[in-house]
Amino acid sequence: MIDKKKLEEIKNKKEEWEVNQRQKVVSKFPERKKEFKTSSGIEIKEIYTPYDISDIDYLEKIGFPGEYPYTRGVQPTMYRGKFWTMRQYAGFGTAEESNKRFKYLLSQGQTGLSVAFDLPTQIGYDSDHPMAEGEVGKVGVAIDSLYDMEILFDGIPLDKVSTSMTINAPAAILLAMYIAVAEKQGVSPDKLNGTIQNDILKEYVARGTYIFPTGPSMRLITNIFEYCSKYVPKWNTISISGYHIREAGATAVQEIAFTLANGIAYVEAAIKAGLDVDEFAPRLSFFFNAHNDLFEEVAKFRAARRMWAKIMKERFNAKDPRSMMMRFHTQTAGSALTAQQPDNNIIRVTIQALAAVLGGTQSLHTNSRDEALALPTEDSVRIALRTQQIIAYESGVCETPDPLAGSYYVEKLTDEIEKRAFEYIKKIDELGGAARAIDLGYIQKEIQESAYRYQKEIESGERVIVGLNKFQIEEEPPKGLLKVNPAVEELQKQKIAKVKEMRNNASVKKTLEALKKAAEGDDNLMPWILDAVREYATLGEITDVLRSIFGEYQQQIIL
Amino acid sequence: MENLEELLIKGDKRAIARTITYAENYEDKAKEIIKKLYERSGNAYIVGITGPPGVGKSTLTDKLIKNLVDVGKKIGVIAVDPTSPFTGGSILGDRIRMQDLSQHPNVYIRSMGTRGHLGGLSKGTYMAARILDIAGMDYIFIETVGVGQSEIDIVKIADTVVMVLAPGLGDDVQAIKAGIMEIGDIFVVNKCDKEGADKTVVELNMMLDLDEKKDWRPPVVKVAAQENKGIDELIDKIDDHKSYLIESGTFQERRIERLKMEIIESIKNKLMKNIFDKIQEKEFSSRLQQVIDKKIDPYTFADELYKDVFN
Amino acid sequence: MERPIRVLVAKPGLDGHDRGAKVIARALRDAGMEVIYTGLRQTPEQIVEAAIQEDVDVVALSILSGAHNTLFPKITKLLKERGADDILVIGGGVIPEEDIPFLKENGIAEIFTPGTPTSAAIEYIKQHVNRAV
Repeated sequence: MIDKKKLEEIKNKKEEWEVNQRQKVVSKFPERKKEFKTSSGIEIKEIYTPYDISDIDYLEKIGFPGEYPYTRGVQPTMYRGKFWTMRQYAGFGTAEESNKRFKYLLSQGQTGLSVAFDLPTQIGYDSDHPMAEGEVGKVGVAIDSLYDMEILFDGIPLDKVSTSMTINAPAAILLAMYIAVAEKQGVSPDKLNGTIQNDILKEYVARGTYIFPTGPSMRLITNIFEYCSKYVPKWNTISISGYHIREAGATAVQEIAFTLANGIAYVEAAIKAGLDVDEFAPRLSFFFNAHNDLFEEVAKFRAARRMWAKIMKERFNAKDPRSMMMRFHTQTAGSALTAQQPDNNIIRVTIQALAAVLGGTQSLHTNSRDEALALPTEDSVRIALRTQQIIAYESGVCETPDPLAGSYYVEKLTDEIEKRAFEYIKKIDELGGAARAIDLGYIQKEIQESAYRYQKEIESGERVIVGLNKFQIEEEPPKGLLKVNPAVEELQKQKIAKVKEMRNNASVKKTLEALKKAAEGDDNLMPWILDAVREYATLGEITDVLRSIFGEYQQQIIL
Repeated sequence: MENLEELLIKGDKRAIARTITYAENYEDKAKEIIKKLYERSGNAYIVGITGPPGVGKSTLTDKLIKNLVDVGKKIGVIAVDPTSPFTGGSILGDRIRMQDLSQHPNVYIRSMGTRGHLGGLSKGTYMAARILDIAGMDYIFIETVGVGQSEIDIVKIADTVVMVLAPGLGDDVQAIKAGIMEIGDIFVVNKCDKEGADKTVVELNMMLDLDEKKDWRPPVVKVAAQENKGIDELIDKIDDHKSYLIESGTFQERRIERLKMEIIESIKNKLMKNIFDKIQEKEFSSRLQQVIDKKIDPYTFADELYKDVFN
Repeated sequence: MERPIRVLVAKPGLDGHDRGAKVIARALRDAGMEVIYTGLRQTPEQIVEAAIQEDVDVVALSILSGAHNTLFPKITKLLKERGADDILVIGGGVIPEEDIPFLKENGIAEIFTPGTPTSAAIEYIKQHVNRAV
């Protein structure tokens, strides 16, 4: 803290500078824009000085890495200890193809797997369902039953790898399949490491792969929390995701506000279900977007950590420091990529990745330059990975934790983002919490307004996107994009038919009926789902049973 | 389209759709068709579904249709949403809640924008209802957004008006009662599993009890449309109201009222179009310059124009 | 008398990325059109049924899942079977350039790839609507 007298001096000096220096220049050479703003609409001043952050108490609001409120990071050494995990999301086609890919990655020294599932799997349809037409294996691997899961992890020791699965509405079923595969390998559940995304609330507002209404969905999530805290203690039971909220058009402030509001909803639901906060909260993790506005993004990550720590400590009375630590994965912004002059995306991704690293992320996925056009090719994926490695090994930004701390601008921005995000959370609380605010369409509406504003700014030229609305060139259409083999759908259908022939159909029926009964009551559904999975009931069959009891979510359209 | 009339009588969806387009755009073809087929109409029962935004009207309509289709009824739905007065455009999003049923052979759903028409209905609603009637619908549901007294035309077109409310509107029930209490023949408290539903029901009943002079005391029905709860009861109440209307003779009265409105509406539309055309003929734009230049005041100019048009 | 152009904005397929569909829906409305929006996960049958019942001039499809080569032609085929191939069908989303000729052969009048300004789509619709406005 600077003493009062010095501060007064700075303030006076700044006013002098404004009149004697800046105004004089501006009167002759006007600034580029009438007003300067971050992407969240936060006004950016002509200059920042110690005066702007004089009300920020260092020890209380900033502190030290590894200590409350974790503004400067969750570990004491940060990247001086070890770099973030460089984790690229992958998966396509059949379980057989993906298994080959996984084995290759493991042979190259990778210890973590990240599984992308195709859309029918994410929405609980078997590959032979009419709704699955044209979608099987397209954006990820198709999993219809335990049989596919056995193939996917064939020859991969599940006690040795950590597996991240991007799965939400049917997360309980896929987790059950993973546990069942482990059982067959002789690996007990308490040895399993990994993450399921399991964040249904953001599906309703942004990502769209929901199945059941909010109430039963929250039940499934707390069932997983409870089950894992007993039997799969090393599993990260949820990855509360702002990534897709941002992709849907939210601003930086909205991204963390809505994500944290969802986080609050999960914690409340778990506490309501009788769990102790320190039992499950250390297993909560987050997933954010890294966008182009470098300083605003860094400030966003810092603000999010500080907010979560405060929420867990003050709102939920968490005692275990691990419950207050926000650990997060980051992915660079897919929506910021352009189809025009795709090589420019490499530079965008670099800036975004830098923001994530300066913001103290625990793991990072960098997008590939061609993702506005199709799934990335191998070459593009390699450049994306190299981008992370160059930042880690060459840029020097990893040598001290939170290097932007103390920047008048970044500290002020961190504070302002926190303030605005808390205002949103207050509003959502007043509406009755995130689930209710989603049912009312409030969050969706806010995101859409931002998305539409962003688009209009681009079209009016107010916001410049290089190569898109300025500095355009005539281009040849890109060649050599990745294509998924259309035969996957047929192959999957054949496998389902085979499974249905070979399994004990009487047992399947019995377990599904038992699951139905459990769903009607209040039991934890995990054991019942696991029973059905072990008998090779398909993903679609299990989901259908739950659909018959829970109903399906009706999308709130507010335009 | 060939044999538009024949197809329309058979209830062909494409024929209905095209004829309603004619009606909506006030093309003469619509009138020609109605002229030929008028005697076939009069059999459909018209139910108005109205209420503030966000109370679940479309979901409720969807469930009503489902239950009626299951007993073999043919259903037409007209969902009216406001048109932007600034751009003339609109987003019609009610259909989304009824998408599953729209493929049923006995269901036809049409979204309409108000297109500058006041009162909550769109310009072509009367005609569209008439067309659905001719096409053999047993029930026609007309869904409008109604938040106050400015949007009560639904009363004039429907046999039974269902006013939908939901808990969590806060003090709104008090605030809007002046506007809505006379409109509803049946009141629905939707989302009745949500907190505050019972309170809304009690409040509604109290307000309805204040009005003793009516011989039809509007019932309040608790519904959870999403969960398909209370829908059968609502259908029973609609039937009760229908019986009441018939037995009390009000049915005929209401229908005559509607005919009058339909005729007046048609005259109004024609008149308005006529006036605008005529005004244009009288060099409106060029003469307007005189008003802009302050050589003449707008009211004197209006009087002059009126005389020119009608003399 | 001039009438508004009626457009069905539909999302076939299972992907939930409706940012683009919603932005275009609003832009079309602001351009004075009547937009019928049907939400996520629409089957070709549902889309065609809605297009017919709503008697739209245009069907605007948005897809990001990669299933366009299967679903788009199915929609135009069904429209044709119902005698409604006078409806202008356009599409947008993550669609590789090399798929566009195939889609155009199958009755999709124009494909708008990422980065197309909404004004371009609006202009295209105004100029290509088949029925008199």
